[in-house]
Amino acid sequence: MTTSLTELEKKVISLLQTDIPVCKRPYLVMAEQIGISEDKFLDVLSGLHDRNMIRRFGATLKHQKSGFKANAMVAWKVPEDRVEAVGNIMASFREITHCYRRNPAPGWDKNLYTMVHGTSEDECFAIAAKLSEATGEKDYTLLFSRRELKKTSMQYFEN
Amino acid sequence: MIEDQISKNILNRIQADFPIHPRPYKILAEELGLSEDQLIDEIKQMKQEMIIRRIGGNFSPDRLGFYSTLCAARVAADKIELFATTVNMFHGVTHNYQRDHQYNIWFTFIAPSIQEIEKSLEIISQKTGVTEILNLPATHVFKIAANFKV
Repeated sequence: MTTSLTELEKKVISLLQTDIPVCKRPYLVMAEQIGISEDKFLDVLSGLHDRNMIRRFGATLKHQKSGFKANAMVAWKVPEDRVEAVGNIMASFREITHCYRRNPAPGWDKNLYTMVHGTSEDECFAIAAKLSEATGEKDYTLLFSRRELKKTSMQYFEN
Repeated sequence: MIEDQISKNILNRIQADFPIHPRPYKILAEELGLSEDQLIDEIKQMKQEMIIRRIGGNFSPDRLGFYSTLCAARVAADKIELFATTVNMFHGVTHNYQRDHQYNIWFTFIAPSIQEIEKSLEIISQKTGVTEILNLPATHVFKIAANFKV
């Protein structure tokens, strides 16, 4: 994969990963931190945006999954020729926040993963059963998290 | 729960497509039928109350040319602390959970290349004696939820 970013773009990305100031000209404040003009900062930011480099630009809320107390990673074994159809059906459920196809590995044959959120573990089982019903896929296992060992955001191009 | 409609409208608007313009809050305020000062005050208030955690850019490893994967390891009970400490030292390990399964430690790993991840997993194995670490890279993303209607 070739993604070429200039040093200035990396600096801007590094700043965008922090918290944008809540004031009338936040880009001016950030531009000054890296010694460029507000216009230049907006140019670089527009360029990143136009090349679809920013997945989401905006506020992150606290407790955004409030009401959901339990969550489980559900790993599914789905025939490869059905993965696309099954993945799209599962992704349409509002209780699912993430749905990925992953390569299986020796000794581990699961190839589709969904994160399900519910008010209890029982509800997570019920949601998984509902997904199974909707897709006809029956080979799955729920992996409940017992302990959070680390949770951070990736800092790309940290200075 | 957020009760008042102005706060709800603000939160539903500002989670994505933050304006790229010298006066972003003015643009947002116009859309929301507020004054720029009023919007800035409301947002400051919601940040103080921790309803808004931050405003910024969210990036995906693949779009920036990075490689990401999910790893699952089978770790003996008496080695979990050593294993977690060793794994968590890597900057690219962003999430790490102990789960109820024979593969009991699951962590995400982001790095500039697949080679760097493989090398790091070897180092982790050497330091901890844990040899069963699965590398499960995603090949297709069907969903990653980002916005939450309040």
